[in-house]
Amino acid sequence: MRDKLKIAVVKMTGCAGCQMEFLRLEEEFMDLLEKVDIEYFVMAKRENHPGPYDLVFIEGSVSTPRELEELRELRRRSEILVAFGDCACTGCIPSILNWVPPIVSSRVYEDFTAIHSRKESFQRIIPLAEFVEVDVHLRGCPPHKDTILEVLKAGLLGVKPWLRLHPVCVECKLKENGCLLTSEHRPCMGPVTAAGCGAICPSVGRICEGCYGPMSDANPESLARVFMEECGLSKDEVVRKFRKYAGAARAFLKVAGGG
Amino acid sequence: MEKNIRVDYIARVEGQGELTIKVVDGTPETVQFGIFEPPKFFEAFLVGRDFREIHELTSRICGICPVPHQIAALRAVEKAVGIEVDEYTRQLRRLMNFGSHLQSHVLNLYLLAAPDYLGYESAISLARDNPELLKKGLKLKKLGNDIIEVVGGRAVHPVSAVVGGFTHTPSRAKLEDLKDRLREARRDSEETVRLFSELDLPDFERNEEQIALTRGGEYPINEGTLKSTGGLEAGEDEYRRYIKEVQVDYSWAKHSIVEGRGSFMVGPLPRVNLNYRVLSDGAREAAEAAGFKPVVHRPFEALLARAIEVLNAVEQSILIIEDLPKGKAVREDAFKPRSGFGCAVVEAPRGLLYHAYKVNDKGLVEEADIVTPTAMNARNIEEDLKGYLPTIADLREEEMILRCEMLVRAYDPCISCSVHVHRA
Repeated sequence: MRDKLKIAVVKMTGCAGCQMEFLRLEEEFMDLLEKVDIEYFVMAKRENHPGPYDLVFIEGSVSTPRELEELRELRRRSEILVAFGDCACTGCIPSILNWVPPIVSSRVYEDFTAIHSRKESFQRIIPLAEFVEVDVHLRGCPPHKDTILEVLKAGLLGVKPWLRLHPVCVECKLKENGCLLTSEHRPCMGPVTAAGCGAICPSVGRICEGCYGPMSDANPESLARVFMEECGLSKDEVVRKFRKYAGAARAFLKVAGGG
Repeated sequence: MEKNIRVDYIARVEGQGELTIKVVDGTPETVQFGIFEPPKFFEAFLVGRDFREIHELTSRICGICPVPHQIAALRAVEKAVGIEVDEYTRQLRRLMNFGSHLQSHVLNLYLLAAPDYLGYESAISLARDNPELLKKGLKLKKLGNDIIEVVGGRAVHPVSAVVGGFTHTPSRAKLEDLKDRLREARRDSEETVRLFSELDLPDFERNEEQIALTRGGEYPINEGTLKSTGGLEAGEDEYRRYIKEVQVDYSWAKHSIVEGRGSFMVGPLPRVNLNYRVLSDGAREAAEAAGFKPVVHRPFEALLARAIEVLNAVEQSILIIEDLPKGKAVREDAFKPRSGFGCAVVEAPRGLLYHAYKVNDKGLVEEADIVTPTAMNARNIEEDLKGYLPTIADLREEEMILRCEMLVRAYDPCISCSVHVHRA
């Protein structure tokens, strides 16, 4: 067990929501500082140190060569590399871009080449594990703050964090919610989605949208069939549902309409 | 004498931005607020998506202000497909956005900005000497997040706000609990205003145009008329007629200008200046006690305006909970598609946020357009720096860099938001 954990919090192509969830450890923050040295966290600190780190949280996906270089460097300097949130794990919502023809994205900036020449972009959203070995995939958009604490505790203890890869349905049943899929025939993503959120959507009367990405042995083809046969969804609607938070994940790639 | 200032990665702001400045004999020759945050092309990939999921997708533009992005998207989409929400939904959305402003403002004031004025590199270092100050900030921030969670089901990227309303109704017990905590938070909020009125904020002044929403007797947050200190008065549907965008080659964020005039400021300072009369009673009294006299054109006093808005958000939230009418939950798929166009302007913590969508008869988005407050402020930040630099040109380079960063942090830029603007 370590006395203190040297950590870094790094942002790549993402929305800072995962860093915000980290800073939502409001009640735990003062205690956290006893056990964790935050060596690098540009959103929170002016003095940032280059490492090496015991543990690095990387929020966001890779979408530029600059980020790819930084990612490889962080891998060299960090013992435990955490893909922090869906963008880092699966590409999340921005990964929908990967199915959009470049001509459409060029409409966002009328003079794309001017910027392009100076700050290259892959114009693709790529999860970290495509490039480096990832030690911990911390899922969620954003990952619940309790799961962040779990990763920090595991880092201190030198053990693997216990992250739930069973489906959201398990948490939903524990909350004694009625099943929106089987009893109301609404297209709930719960059966293929990793738990960790506490089944928050079904608990507020809304179908799970799948924001924790695929569970450990998801069967998306089967759920897609149920969506079409029992919930009345069209093929396009099914594709949209899977091409959302984790369309780039291997488990969903077929149903999400990738190659 | 030539001074070159370069900040590779501006700290204590959200997202990835840089400063490139060249000052020759006290006169700024180059001032670039560059944004190297990678663009995410939301306007491109929203095309072809269903009108009922647009607010959920655009929430992911920003982790600090997902709430105003959701509300702007919902209101624009509802206008496009012809849905009018009831007063219950309108008030719950206001409550959720006040919660959003509260947590975001406190984050800026206590964790991002205050360390500069108290001589620390971060709130974490500050906490070693003054843990009570950080604790106070964290407690207020938690309250803002808890408001969002009670109303929206989750603090970061809420889940229960949908087209036409909310999928669940927060229980009276939870709302009452929030109200008790909000009442208790008045004191910490008043102290926040006092703290920032006592800080040595640079008195640099520049007569820029300021734009905010206004709405009769209500403090505007989710809807209103555009109004400026330069005489602009326009409906939200006219946004694109008056505000133009230009692309610069050193930044992924486009710059906004008022047609025929120039850069402008949005955010807490314009809001408080233009809505001073409709601040909550306590907030107006605290503003008076702090010596805030509208119209203030000193950009560093955006910090004080933000502190005033912390108290305002707390008191407005109490009023909303006290007067909340009865309402019912709606399902996320309650409404059927219809073709149309709709746009909406809301107040995000950092200022105006514009969303517009064209939806086809299948309910799929054909065109999307989003302009964020940090993109609107980008040109004005540069203009402020140009005005401010000659007054600090004699300082040591290190101190100059810090001062420039402090000016940027007074705007509380949210850079992730700024990098996806549509064709001008």
